[in-house]
Amino acid sequence: MSAINSNIPEGEITTKWTKFKSSVALVNPSNKRTLEVIVVGTGLAGASAAATLAEMGYKVKAFCFQDSPRRAHSIAAQGGINAAKNYQNDGDSTYRLFYDTIKGGDYRSREANVYRLAEVSANIIDQAVAQGVPLAREYGGLLDNRSFGGTQVQRTFYAAGQTGQQLLLGAYSALERQIGMGKVEMFTRHEMLEVVKIDGKARGIIARNLITGELERHFGHAVVLATGGYGNVFYLSTNAMGSNVTAAWKANKQGAYFANPCYTQIHPTCIPVSGDHQSKLTLMSESLRNDGRIWVPKKKDDNRKATDIPEEERDYYLERRYPAFGNLVPRDVASRAAKERCDAGYGVGSSKKAVYLDFTFNTERYGKIEANKNNLHQPDHETIMRLGREVVKEKYGNLFDMYKQITGEDPYETPMRIYPAVHYTMGGLWVDYNLMTTVPGLYCTGEANFSDHGANRLGASALMQGLADGYFVLPYTIGAYLSKEISVKAIPTDHPAFAEAEVRAKSALDHFINIKGTKSVDYFHKKLGLIMWDKCGMARNAEGLKEAIAEIQQLKKDFWSDVRVPGAADEYNPELEKAGRVADFIELGELMCLDALNRNESCGGHFREEYQTEEGEALRDDENYAYVAAWENKGDGTFELHKEELKFENIKIAQRSYK
Amino acid sequence: MSTGNMNLTLKIWRQKNTKDQGKMVDYKVSEISPDMSFLEMFDVLNEDLITKGDDPIAFDHDCREGICGMCSMFINGRPHGPKDAVTTCQLHMRSFKDGDTIVVEPWRAKAFPVVKDLTVDRSAFDRVIAAGGFISVNTGNAQDANNLPIPKAQADSAFEAAACIGCGACVATCKNASAMLFVSAKISQLALLPQGQPERYKRVQNMVAQMDAEGFGNCTNTGACEAECPKGISLENIARMNRDYYSAKFVSEEEG
Repeated sequence: MSAINSNIPEGEITTKWTKFKSSVALVNPSNKRTLEVIVVGTGLAGASAAATLAEMGYKVKAFCFQDSPRRAHSIAAQGGINAAKNYQNDGDSTYRLFYDTIKGGDYRSREANVYRLAEVSANIIDQAVAQGVPLAREYGGLLDNRSFGGTQVQRTFYAAGQTGQQLLLGAYSALERQIGMGKVEMFTRHEMLEVVKIDGKARGIIARNLITGELERHFGHAVVLATGGYGNVFYLSTNAMGSNVTAAWKANKQGAYFANPCYTQIHPTCIPVSGDHQSKLTLMSESLRNDGRIWVPKKKDDNRKATDIPEEERDYYLERRYPAFGNLVPRDVASRAAKERCDAGYGVGSSKKAVYLDFTFNTERYGKIEANKNNLHQPDHETIMRLGREVVKEKYGNLFDMYKQITGEDPYETPMRIYPAVHYTMGGLWVDYNLMTTVPGLYCTGEANFSDHGANRLGASALMQGLADGYFVLPYTIGAYLSKEISVKAIPTDHPAFAEAEVRAKSALDHFINIKGTKSVDYFHKKLGLIMWDKCGMARNAEGLKEAIAEIQQLKKDFWSDVRVPGAADEYNPELEKAGRVADFIELGELMCLDALNRNESCGGHFREEYQTEEGEALRDDENYAYVAAWENKGDGTFELHKEELKFENIKIAQRSYK
Repeated sequence: MSTGNMNLTLKIWRQKNTKDQGKMVDYKVSEISPDMSFLEMFDVLNEDLITKGDDPIAFDHDCREGICGMCSMFINGRPHGPKDAVTTCQLHMRSFKDGDTIVVEPWRAKAFPVVKDLTVDRSAFDRVIAAGGFISVNTGNAQDANNLPIPKAQADSAFEAAACIGCGACVATCKNASAMLFVSAKISQLALLPQGQPERYKRVQNMVAQMDAEGFGNCTNTGACEAECPKGISLENIARMNRDYYSAKFVSEEEG
């Protein structure tokens, strides 16, 4: 076990970033033109970084596995993006966003990074609006805000329930502009399969052209991984079908430490599982908790229709348990509370694994306001509800439509049924203050890194972090490295390191094709998902985690000897793509269990049943576990733990309370 | 839970690669649940094909929540199938009946060559955006976002145009394989906002030129694109684009 250096600049937290920017080495324009940067992934973090680096003058190559950079899964983010603008005059500030994020993360994130995130948050909104991103506005023409969990201010900017889409299309437009000018070379339908290291530094990647199956070698003076999270280790999640950990995992095998893999976010408001055919889960945005009240019946096994259960027989359990934050407690707290009610027998719906999210109360409230605005005096109930529904429709219409499509029920008439589902992963590649991994020249941004959200991410903070990293942080910090690389000429890709990396990638692909086993890739993926959900999901304990590790090791053996991948490696072969991703998920799954077993405390999304307060809240152990667990891959399925101690100098570490 | 009881016949376009001629092939699926999505029904079929040692059907899909724009199936003669305002991934089997025969083809357009089976190449859309679908602003110190108020109605109209997911259903359904709904949605979004004004006329000319170069057809005002668009993008955008395109011819160099 050894300590690792996070390279945090000296000085007061409020001046660190400004001082860093003023003193970081610069690269002159003519040198930038000869420096090549590879960016893998084109979501918010990748597209914004690729566009910005190209604007600055670097030669950029960008890669995505989808058919267009616009399809990265950032597109699906619904609710909003936080920024400390204080437009609502409700007491927001950089410090308060910083504080909320540290507390929301259950005191397991790095102060300096989070402060910087809060600091640049306001610039993101300015940049997006300048790009023509149509964020929601009020009648006065100014930007509108709403609330998200874990805060008592309104700092969330949004575009109906399609905020991620609009912000991504903004970044995508900026990226396409650079592609059109020839400053970014774009490789769609390409998947990164290996990191190439020369003399200890990241110098390129091996990517597979998914259409031809050809393996390609690409050189870069630096490599940026913006490849998203690993929620699909659970098979069922709100991630896209193609979201995967492969790039980050291959980097881990090449020496980049993987930090806090056990920190996964289970989102409280998702559409419940309807059957074992299910391929993915769909989120209902946290923004719905602005106007939706969560409840279950007070009686166990109450089979009446929701609308037939009278007010006094409903248990608004979040409002009851957490009066200060009510329905807007952070995600980890809301998810556990839903699980607790369902486990105790109060769940609703045919599976009894659901709670209600009910809009009646606020529909009526909005209806009354609208009636007043329209000078309707003493309107009847029907008119009030009709007017109220129009307001609700404008705020959340697309989400309500989506809910109806999937469940066949109309949420304007009957409450939504919701249940927690895997949504986001706070863990990821360990990075220092510069967003560089433990491999020199290899950077990691967005959800793929571990840096800003501690053990639990607050709602509307993922978009903020992805764009902060890509637009405003990485383009500066990477200069510190590249300024020392100006004399390095582009390394030809016939270098032995490229050949070796290509052999590693090719042998795995050939192996999958040649097994000719009996079971599909999905068969193994579903099995892995069940193990992870049951034993490393919303609640974990030492015994279950040990069982899970043994089961995953067996699953790995079975997978590598019995998977069936049809077709060949040198053609378009989606099953082969999936096989590579699932192979990496299986190994990651084992590390997640190992990390969860090592962390003998509960914090944020990591809830160890052995460590809880009398009221069932997460019980941290700050004396022994106020550190980032960064795992070095030693090969053959063994890992060495390195610790980064977390120092809280600006916020007093305390028991998290939302009561 | 739910294995269902629907039995269906599928007629699916199979094409090994861009050069292959391709043909319709019949398949049977059984025990389909009405709660499954259309793509989950395809998962069941593919699982079956893999187990039998056959080649599974290639189709594009990713988010499966109707927003990424990747899924693209032409179902019973309509892009994204029989329901209005949904993508293929949000179409559920409860929209079909036990015993139905369902015909599934790829998007068909000269500018969207088939890659394999139901997967097509839509990179032409990216090239149209690269030709001008942006505001030329580098990352940096943009002015405070609230320094420039935008009337709500105008911002809302821009948002409605910006809701396009770039799936290409408009092209697939158009008898001319025209991309004008897609192209005009981006042009409208930016033309409706003050930030989009400086490049307004240059943008429309560049994007239309690229659209033509990609081999998309012209618009003959049939309106199938609007009817089939999963996001309800309006034909008004095409009218707006045409107005700007003609205006551009009368605008001097200095103005844009």
